[in-house]
Amino acid sequence: MSQVLIQTHGLSKVYDRGSEQIVAVDKVDFELRAGDFVSFVGPSGSGKTTLLHLLGCLDTPSSGDLNVAGTPIFQNGKSLSERQLTGIRRDLFGYVFQKFYLIPTLTVKENILLPFAFHKRAENALDVLELAQRLGLSHRLTHLPKELSGGEMQRVAIARAMINQPKIILADEPTGNLDSKRSTEIADILADLNKSAGLTIILVTHNPQLAAKAGRIIELRDGRIV
Amino acid sequence: MPTITGIAYKNLRRKRVRSILTVFGIALSTWVLVSLFGFNEGYQSSLNKDIDNLGFQVLLTAKGCPYEAATLMLQGGKGLRYMPENTLDSLRANPEVEELTPMLMQTVFDVNKGEDGGVVGYLGIDPVTYPKMKTYLTFRQGGWFQDANALEAVLGYEAGELEQREVGDKILIPEKNVEVMVVGILNRSGTQDDGTIFMPFKTMQNIFGVQDQLTSIGIKLKKDTDIAAYEEKLYELEDVQVVSMAQVKNTISSLVSTARVMVMSIAIIAILIAMVGVMNTILMSVLERYQEIGIMKSLGAATAHIFRLIWLETAILCFIGGIIGSGLSIALSKATDALIRYVLPYSPTGSLIRIDAPLVLRSIGIIVLIGLVSGIYPAWRAARIKPIEAIRSSEGEL
Repeated sequence: MSQVLIQTHGLSKVYDRGSEQIVAVDKVDFELRAGDFVSFVGPSGSGKTTLLHLLGCLDTPSSGDLNVAGTPIFQNGKSLSERQLTGIRRDLFGYVFQKFYLIPTLTVKENILLPFAFHKRAENALDVLELAQRLGLSHRLTHLPKELSGGEMQRVAIARAMINQPKIILADEPTGNLDSKRSTEIADILADLNKSAGLTIILVTHNPQLAAKAGRIIELRDGRIV
Repeated sequence: MPTITGIAYKNLRRKRVRSILTVFGIALSTWVLVSLFGFNEGYQSSLNKDIDNLGFQVLLTAKGCPYEAATLMLQGGKGLRYMPENTLDSLRANPEVEELTPMLMQTVFDVNKGEDGGVVGYLGIDPVTYPKMKTYLTFRQGGWFQDANALEAVLGYEAGELEQREVGDKILIPEKNVEVMVVGILNRSGTQDDGTIFMPFKTMQNIFGVQDQLTSIGIKLKKDTDIAAYEEKLYELEDVQVVSMAQVKNTISSLVSTARVMVMSIAIIAILIAMVGVMNTILMSVLERYQEIGIMKSLGAATAHIFRLIWLETAILCFIGGIIGSGLSIALSKATDALIRYVLPYSPTGSLIRIDAPLVLRSIGIIVLIGLVSGIYPAWRAARIKPIEAIRSSEGEL
């Protein structure tokens, strides 16, 4: 059996909206192992994005436990400090979002290398040229994001998420802003990264074609795994 | 490899007009600051130079207002009062006196001066003692008059330029219709002497009909003389006014201090406005980049990194503004000088604004420091952004 990377127990997130309480994630028990490729699917408002944010240590749960790579992140209502969370996010996760979030003033190469502006380049970090070649971005390295197509921008975001060799890639609707051709392209890249590089991936998507690329499809409804 | 400094710099170029306007505001504040510091240094040293260049420590004038006497001595003026020439003899008896120099000032209205005519000042001096006290005066052409009764004149540098006369030419004294020969033209000294027309005082007494009269006597004292005690002694003489150079410095300095406070207040207001401008620019830039900053934090940027990024942007703006403002203040120092001269009650002849490298560095340092203080709030706001808030604000989904 491969190593357990993420483990949750009774993980919940509740939002207070005045007198109303909205349960976005409801007592989720979940386990993710190294090399897994998991898709969260479900209708809008089912809590899949919130769950992804909790698993990626971007958001804090209202209750429940979360363990990442053996480190208790949230336990008995206690959380790691913001500083420790920054370290966990930096070393363990790579994030890919629907809106790419590239820095418009930096070139493709600088965007991919952005994490190293804030911390030392890890020894096992990937070579930017090799990574760019693998994602078909070699000819775009000196371009600014505004000169790229949507598919290219998302590939840059994937490269940025991967440069530091994270243990887990979290992708939130990575094809949400792309046409079907580019969506297939991104889906194939993620599937290939999982298969050939053994990268662990959690994906949130509405796109059944993309979800089908995952080894495990988990459906959420009203914040619960069904 | 991107660096925090590089990211900061590129971001400032993103909204060029806004950055340029902010830099402009900072440059104006720096200009005010550098000019103000330059004025503080320049004014005092020019005043000291003016007074030290008089060559004597005490000036004796006919009784009158001491302020008027000070102005008269430094700038020339009307409403002249006289003292008898034999005052010289009683002063010579004082053991403290090393040298005396008699002076007779006269002014006439010259209809040919400027467009509407103007006042021309003549200073009658003793060709033996005066040059000894004014050792810094050197000649461009010719030399001092040799005879105490000669119908000759020596022109200060600017007076020579204005009259357009060479040695050997003659100048006419308006109203008196007397011609005197130019025997010397002085080099520029940067003092009041540049605009003066000198003649032997005996000659002037004859021309202006003020025989045996003087307007002032410069007294150079022997070394180690107690100047204050000597001044007290001078008051025993009748109908004279004693002007001590130390007093003159204090009087003028206090006259100017009010103007200085006013200028300082304007400078502080200018700096405050620039501070608010910087804070506004950086805060807007932070709010516009809310998501970007959130993403940087999700990529491993710590609170300190974001704080540094925003602070650097502030520092870059202030540094560039500081350099431009300093350049501006150096380039415009002559204009600023003229402006201050216009506003102040009395200005010495030397440069009022003295700008040197340490002053410029100090001013840029102050501007950058002020900028960093203004940048604290925006940087703090940026550093507090949580990645999830930034992402949620754009995705609008639970």
